[in-house]
Amino acid sequence: MAPRALPWRARRDLSGAILAVFALALCLLVLLPIGWLVVFAFTGRGGGFTLANFRLLFSDAAFLEPLITTLTLAVSVGLVCCLVAAPLGWLVARTDMPLRRTVRFLIMASFVTPPFLGAIAWELLAAPNSGLLNQLHRASTGAGPDEVLFNVYTLHGLVLVVSCYTFPYVFVLVANALDRIPGELEDASAMLGASAFCTARRVTIPLALPALAAGALIAFLQALTLFGAPGILALPAGFHTMTTKIWSLFQYPPKPELAAAASLPLLVLTVLLLRAQSAILGRRGYTVVGGRSGPPRPVPLGVLRWPALALCLAVLSLPVFLPYLALLNAAFSRIPSQPLTVQTFTLDHLRFVFLELSATRLALKNTFLLGLAAATSGALLALVISYLTARAAIRGHRVLAFLATAPIAIPAIALGVGLFLAYTRGPVVLYGTLWILLLAYVTIELPAAYQQLQAAFRAVSPELEEASRILGASRLRTLRDVTAPLLGPSLIATWCFVFVAVVRELSAAAILFTSETKVLSVLIFDLNESGDLAAIAVLGLTMLILTSAVIAAANRVPGLGGGLRVRHY
Amino acid sequence: MRRPNVGRRGDLTVAVLVLLSATAAGAAGPAPGKVTPELIEAAKKEGKAIWYTAVDLPVAERIAKAFEAKYPGIEMRVERSGGERIFQRIGQEYASNIHAVDVVNSSDAAHFIVWKRDGILAPYVPEDVALHYPPEHKDPDGQFASWRVWLSVIGYNTRLVKPEEAPKSFADLLDPKWSGKIVKGHPGYSGTIMTATFQISRDLGWEYLEKLAKQKVMQVQSSADPPKKLALGERAIMADGNEYNLFQLKEKGEPVEIVYPAEGTPLIVGPSGVLKDAPHPNAARLLQSFLFSVQAQQLMVDSGGLRSMHALVKEKPGRKPLREIKVMKDDPAAVEKQADEIKARYSKYFKV
Repeated sequence: MAPRALPWRARRDLSGAILAVFALALCLLVLLPIGWLVVFAFTGRGGGFTLANFRLLFSDAAFLEPLITTLTLAVSVGLVCCLVAAPLGWLVARTDMPLRRTVRFLIMASFVTPPFLGAIAWELLAAPNSGLLNQLHRASTGAGPDEVLFNVYTLHGLVLVVSCYTFPYVFVLVANALDRIPGELEDASAMLGASAFCTARRVTIPLALPALAAGALIAFLQALTLFGAPGILALPAGFHTMTTKIWSLFQYPPKPELAAAASLPLLVLTVLLLRAQSAILGRRGYTVVGGRSGPPRPVPLGVLRWPALALCLAVLSLPVFLPYLALLNAAFSRIPSQPLTVQTFTLDHLRFVFLELSATRLALKNTFLLGLAAATSGALLALVISYLTARAAIRGHRVLAFLATAPIAIPAIALGVGLFLAYTRGPVVLYGTLWILLLAYVTIELPAAYQQLQAAFRAVSPELEEASRILGASRLRTLRDVTAPLLGPSLIATWCFVFVAVVRELSAAAILFTSETKVLSVLIFDLNESGDLAAIAVLGLTMLILTSAVIAAANRVPGLGGGLRVRHY
Repeated sequence: MRRPNVGRRGDLTVAVLVLLSATAAGAAGPAPGKVTPELIEAAKKEGKAIWYTAVDLPVAERIAKAFEAKYPGIEMRVERSGGERIFQRIGQEYASNIHAVDVVNSSDAAHFIVWKRDGILAPYVPEDVALHYPPEHKDPDGQFASWRVWLSVIGYNTRLVKPEEAPKSFADLLDPKWSGKIVKGHPGYSGTIMTATFQISRDLGWEYLEKLAKQKVMQVQSSADPPKKLALGERAIMADGNEYNLFQLKEKGEPVEIVYPAEGTPLIVGPSGVLKDAPHPNAARLLQSFLFSVQAQQLMVDSGGLRSMHALVKEKPGRKPLREIKVMKDDPAAVEKQADEIKARYSKYFKV
């Protein structure tokens, strides 16, 4: 062994250096934009320190109203998501409901749908007068022309739409947690004489509760920082959320200092919530993956099997079936609000998008290039950081964990501005290149990627790595040869997650794009502002087909696979 | 559009005479730019032209396709957004030394005052502009000219509103029966709406807009969107928006109708200019010449519903000629001074 020990040791030294580089990169990635935000928040118009921005923020109704609206929205979305995702997660993970896999897949389909596209589809469905559902309601009941079944241009409408595209986050967490609960625990409870209800109350629910709480928090934060859907639904209704307000502050004449100040309360609130969460959950151990536990025992639903499936499909009609029908209708109908018939059928919109619209090809290319690059670099970065923190591999790993989670608290639109401020002046000017968008995407998606891999690390017991280290492998080699393969499915899932999230991302891109670096989401938002709904439908459907193709391909990577259906056995 | 003072007008007459006699070297304006084989060759070498424009996207792409067909080998990229957005975008890009735009067209003529003052426009007068455009529609220093003219009108959906019940004036829009039935554009996005809001607030007073804001208005962004919302049947009435989109929709058989309000109709002028730091300087000049050619102007009028200041371009039959419409007076210099105040006041009344 002696002759081989030396090169091993040499490589271990290299590991330290490489890890330090990752840590430094992370600091730059996260601290630079946040630093600029803080500096600007405390800077007056003419320069110099001031608190005037905050004074204005907390005294002017033009800022207080959006703040209250945003909190109402976020709390409502958090609640709705839990109410919907918990039963669905349980039905899919723990019962013998038919078509469980299909339901799981369809919920993922709603996750692939960008919220801004969903919001536009819901305009087509539930705009008070031209919405297809409202038209159908009037036609079927003979109600008057002003009769409205559901108006999407309201706070209720916004809660519905945001929930539709946020509940998959909660669902995945809950379903995965339920997947992981070994059947033995429930069996033990049953053997000790507990009723099915008692087992659920004392065993299953408590074990799934942390996931539900984490899901609620994510839903809350998503709704808090989402820009696209409020931009599409709230503005026509004449109200602002914090994100649309921040966005409006960047229009001419731009007021970045006010926008920075407006985004700090969101930052503080999020940090507090995340701390509360880790204080509540962090101390208890929820490791239930011991390696050799039995598969979960499905609960027989009996006569309720089909009603349960009907419930799932009814819920899924809101984020998936109805919106896609509306988009298909808009893509091929002369006027998007007309139901598709032989008379209204047209291929004009297809022709316009693919033959006339000069931005189509560029936006498609940029989006998918950035998606691939961000997913790959983001997943790798998250892998290394979660390794460092999960295994407490270097000193200061807690700081790394905080930095990797911190971007979740920054509204993407504010992060976009932070990056804009950081990279439009020297020494490194990245504005106008795809690099700045890549930085934005990696930073924004890092928390989710990190948390996914962190959770995966927690489920993999460190003995195997320790064995590898004892045999002399460096940390990096252990990570590559032992840990990464064990984490394969989670890694691919994280990759897909970041890819999808990049395609969905609008808020930061809306600040950072230039004509040469336009992405699909920005193009679609542009088209919405000029009311070109049919072109949006064609582009949106194209985007979904391509995204699905990429995810399908990623899941066929040999030796890994598993994809968005994160499962750890 | 520009209203030169007396002294300036004298210069201008001389300039026009000089331009007409085509012996312009050293005179007030630059010599007319001819489309020479050398220019076309140089433009083809550059291979690309980037056009920031505020005109409705399908119209812009149709013009772009016509340009590409006429000059094969030059790819044209259209960057369309609202006039105010384009102004912000160019400001943001130029502040970072990004010179991505070759030719710019805004729907807010005031922007050209700012860009000219900032010295980012190149003097270039296409031959058509020199020969066929009235002096009030071209910059005396040859940095821009009125590429298009149109109106911001009232409109209604004929399935939802009978012609005899339709509003005839801005004042009619304040009738409680239209509450919740009106759609309008936003002056923070659209140069058209900015210009119209200026003219309406000047001629009717801000009280009018304050009252209109209480009518539960559906607030969209682009001035091209209210006509589309009418065609969808989403709202019965539009309080402002492009006449040219309504022409297009009406001629396709959609149930929309135009109303020229009794108080006068806001007149919008959309100039076009070449950027001094254009990344494709020859393609930029070729494009600017093309934009003002009879071909492009007639295309813009016939299929786009816009109005042209080109002397040789004909209005399309069936549309009300511009000279028969009572218009509000445009005043880009005043818009330039008041733009920020207009946006702030508008947000105060309309909440967004």
